[in-house]
Amino acid sequence: MSYLLQGEKGERRLFMGNEAIARGALEAGIAVAAGYPGTPSSEIIENLAKVSQQRQLYVEWSVNEKVALEVATAASLAGLRALCVMKQNGVNVASDFLLHLAGSGTRGGLVLVPCDDPGALSSVNEGESRHFARMIEIPLLEPGNFQDAREMIPYAFELSEQLRTLVMVRSVTRLSHASGGVTLGELPTGQPKAFFKHDGFILDPLAGAVLSAPVEYKHALQQEKIRNAAERFEDCPFNTYTGPPKPEVLIFTSSACNLYSLEAVRLLQAESRVGIVKMGTTWPLPPRFVEKYLRLAGKILIVEEVLPFLEENVKILAAELAPTIGAKIFFGKRDGTLPATGEMNPDRVITGLAKVLGISYDPMPAAYAQKAAAAVAGGAPDRDLTFCPGCPHRAAFWTIHNVLQLDHRQGFVCGDIGCYSLAMRPTGFETLKTLHSMGSGTGLASGFGMLKPFGMDQPVLAVSGDSTFFHAVLPALANAAHHRANITLVVLDNGGTAMTGFQPHPGLEVDAAGHTVQSLDITRICQAMGAEVHTCDPFDLETTQTILLELLQSKQGLKVLILKQRCALSPERKGRRMYEMRIDAAKCRGENCGCNRLCTRVFKCPGLVWDKAQGVSRIDEVICAGCGVCASLCPAGAIQKEAVQ
Amino acid sequence: MNPTRSILTADPYNIIITGVGGQGNVLASRVLGNMLIALGLHITIGETFGASQRGGSVMSHLRVSSQRDVSPQIPRGQAHLVVSLEPTEALRVLKEYGNAQAFVLCNMRPIHAISVISGETQYPEAEQLKQWVRDLSQKAWFLNATDAAMAMGNPIFGNIMLVGALSGTGLLPLDRELFAAAIGRMVPKDKIDLNLTAFDKGREMVKE
Repeated sequence: MSYLLQGEKGERRLFMGNEAIARGALEAGIAVAAGYPGTPSSEIIENLAKVSQQRQLYVEWSVNEKVALEVATAASLAGLRALCVMKQNGVNVASDFLLHLAGSGTRGGLVLVPCDDPGALSSVNEGESRHFARMIEIPLLEPGNFQDAREMIPYAFELSEQLRTLVMVRSVTRLSHASGGVTLGELPTGQPKAFFKHDGFILDPLAGAVLSAPVEYKHALQQEKIRNAAERFEDCPFNTYTGPPKPEVLIFTSSACNLYSLEAVRLLQAESRVGIVKMGTTWPLPPRFVEKYLRLAGKILIVEEVLPFLEENVKILAAELAPTIGAKIFFGKRDGTLPATGEMNPDRVITGLAKVLGISYDPMPAAYAQKAAAAVAGGAPDRDLTFCPGCPHRAAFWTIHNVLQLDHRQGFVCGDIGCYSLAMRPTGFETLKTLHSMGSGTGLASGFGMLKPFGMDQPVLAVSGDSTFFHAVLPALANAAHHRANITLVVLDNGGTAMTGFQPHPGLEVDAAGHTVQSLDITRICQAMGAEVHTCDPFDLETTQTILLELLQSKQGLKVLILKQRCALSPERKGRRMYEMRIDAAKCRGENCGCNRLCTRVFKCPGLVWDKAQGVSRIDEVICAGCGVCASLCPAGAIQKEAVQ
Repeated sequence: MNPTRSILTADPYNIIITGVGGQGNVLASRVLGNMLIALGLHITIGETFGASQRGGSVMSHLRVSSQRDVSPQIPRGQAHLVVSLEPTEALRVLKEYGNAQAFVLCNMRPIHAISVISGETQYPEAEQLKQWVRDLSQKAWFLNATDAAMAMGNPIFGNIMLVGALSGTGLLPLDRELFAAAIGRMVPKDKIDLNLTAFDKGREMVKE
């Protein structure tokens, strides 16, 4: 039985934040869940997919976040409870629909869980989803610990049904990917029936057609819902106070920052001086609850991630209340007490709080810190991220990089989102020259491809993973085809959404729940758009180079090269070497070879080791994945491969 | 007083498990977490695994308390125990979270950063690494867990050997039955015996 379904009501279990959210959704009796994979959110849908058959759910990995929200909304309109999950920037993708959904309203409970990534631990942005809640006027909840993460989901579904609006529950990496004790609630039984009622009066929210017009009427209704939410939040159990009756400093905080604030107060031994208000409902704020605590102290510190969202909203209330509660001194991001970029941690809160309290705190004796810093400087070389041993991307970018050098017209590659984004770094030979959002590589290439009339004759390439291809490359590719942009798209097809854990996408014959489904063929899609399409294995360096060079130098218009090779960590390849690799030390000419240590100095696969003492390359047999590519690089024929039977 | 309190020398007791992506860091922290929660303790685990399969440094913060959930990130200088699957990662962790009273369990198998592979930087000698770790801790154990795991047929068992070694140190009340119960729920049935063997080999390594 899945870990998520084990255990009785009242039992305490060790749950990852994302598991707690998934468990909460099951306890809320969801019927449908949809999302697009993205760290740190992916485990929620993954865990729900695992139990979908047993719990009679429909769970899907949608093609992108906007479609995921539409799929979940359809369930809501048919009277079911539905959950939608994505990483922070997924909300940007979904935002056009989101705006209209906030206006049209919902029926069955509908909860959107974005998992933000403050500090960009696994992102190329630290954008926040919270601002969408205020911007489009929907309620926002933020779990302040693991128990909250479980309990808030059923609460959010109740709220959504009371107000007939979408509710956002925002998590962050340090909750989603952290684990803690969670006391279980009960799993409901019975299956709800789906029916979309659409023949009632047009303004009937439960029986009429569903749309965000007439705009002024619907907008006013939406604002009434927000006033209603603020009223309900006045006695919400997720808003709590910990501290003395008359604190000198009051901390307002939310999410993981609640745990950092508790830690900071404990380490500064300031329990008698500082109180902590944990806000579980951060938009709209309940005004009387906030007023009650603002009255307690003269100094207010606001601890949150990343931008001063809670800070601004508390300050607006404080300004409105100033005639009755007096002026307050605020500390937070706006005055620089806490940094406004990057993630928070206990140390950052300690530093800020110590400043507000006028005390000093020394986390580490200077002598120890110096000794440790010296050891790291001398003994722990920086670990830049690298493609895994046996990764098809290393081979693909090796060839792309070499072809651009051979072509010699300063061609360049527009990057996209996936493991292959690392080709901005030395591991991918710094081949990518732009990197933005999903699908943007091909969109930018489409634009670059139109600049010939202005004298631009550099070859333009874009790369895309197979999942990214369906997510957002398709419209950009249609644009490039339609306008006859002179570009080459290289699709790095590694057979799944590899970066986030091999979630399926429309190119595969399997769905989230493991059912066999129809797959869409990338080759035929590109051909239908009028592109010249070639396919080969990136591990075959010679063939790949020949095709790509030919495409760049002799062909005009839209060209697509599909490089097909499974991810080295995929279930099909992990732990299975295609080749046993060895180095014939007698043949390796080491520093005296004209190659200038091509295999280790330039190719840099972690499976290779430069044995300085012997002056030869070695295979690291623990790390080597047996892809065989390095054997094709060695000019001396010293790296040898033997096919594994 | 809570009866479990006496088994922790500090509350919260802060453990950092570190290594490089692909070494089985996350599994090790989960096993330890499940063993400790079975003792009735509060466990909070903070993990940085966005880079876990891409050659980056990986770290799990495992915090044990008899009273409450705490922050998933350990404050600077507050680690009581560092379990490292790779020696240079032990240094990196001690620089941020170490103190002169900390204990260290360190697997000596190096994993080279790409700057070492390319020759831009040098990987230090094992003896030098040990000296640095000793200088930055109260007591350190150095193990060749990866070699022993390869002898068992798969280097990935190195992580379970370190869990066994930790049990062998007696720093925390982590006995074999507790491990057997935790691993039994986490891996397929046919893998349980191999994991128990790895655990036992790890225990042996710290017995001098």
